[in-house]
Amino acid sequence: MRARVFVTLKPSVFDPQGRTIADALQSLGYGGVEDVRQGKYFELELKTSEAGSARALAAEVADKLLANPVIESYRIEVD
Amino acid sequence: MKFAVVVFPGSNCDQDAYHAATAVLGQTADLVWHKDTSLKGADVVVLPGGFAHGDYLRTGAMARFSPIMREVKVFADRGGPVIGICNGFQVLLEAGLLPGAMLRNRGLKYRCEHVHVRVEHTDTPFTCAARQGQVLRIPIGHGEGNYYAPSDVLERIEKNRQVILRYTTPDGRLDDGANPNGSVNAIAGLCSEGRNVVGMMPHPERACEPLLGSTDGLVILQSVVQALAPIGCEGPFARGGGSQGPALQTIGS
Repeated sequence: MRARVFVTLKPSVFDPQGRTIADALQSLGYGGVEDVRQGKYFELELKTSEAGSARALAAEVADKLLANPVIESYRIEVD
Repeated sequence: MKFAVVVFPGSNCDQDAYHAATAVLGQTADLVWHKDTSLKGADVVVLPGGFAHGDYLRTGAMARFSPIMREVKVFADRGGPVIGICNGFQVLLEAGLLPGAMLRNRGLKYRCEHVHVRVEHTDTPFTCAARQGQVLRIPIGHGEGNYYAPSDVLERIEKNRQVILRYTTPDGRLDDGANPNGSVNAIAGLCSEGRNVVGMMPHPERACEPLLGSTDGLVILQSVVQALAPIGCEGPFARGGGSQGPALQTIGS
């Protein structure tokens, strides 16, 4: 199976890169974009063919390495 | 006394730290490869600056899993003095040896310049030779030195007097313009609850000889030599003295 892990800064954490991108978009005339949060995206190819264990494994590696729980949270999709 | 300077793939201040320990301080030192599993009887551990493991994923994220870090944690848990400089500070944060995390600098720029930091507390093995309130002019060089901790953690580390260095003006005043990276509470350096593990973004090893433009970093490095010396520093890190510090005299034995 494939697991997709989306890691983003927690809402309470200031994202200077996202802010800069939002400012750039504003200056390009995209006034409709109010804010931007930048994150990381991982695709994990997993041996298992069972969605529950795929999700559990993805969550384990996200907790251990992919995300820093002090500043980041993550979301997982499996298919 | 003997320094262990840990070398990760991508460390680039390891030789500077080694030079400072040996040529400047007159102590012995070993470069210890990150895959080693022994600190070789060192009395103090330095995690140097650089870009350990290319800073892939997050700064310090991969270095945390290097085999030597298990030994560093054991050494720290026994009260041994550990200093992480710049990238080494980031490694200590990722390894959970210090609280908090680093974000990209507020202005997104890599900042490479001399800054001023004020010594807030002198009861650590890396500040015990300094005066409280002393302002040090030491260079930084980093893109991710914007220290962050959730408010409850921040409150705890301030209450525990763990913030040992803050970015200030040359005369020691807090000023947002003197904060090069946006660190919360202008935090430039921290110690652990046990006070023996210290992380700092400025590079003391780059400010310890007149040729380098400043010798203000010397007091950081001399502190640990004094802390471990027979006479020692005053306060809890005095060897054989003090009432609350860890028993440093047992380290390295």
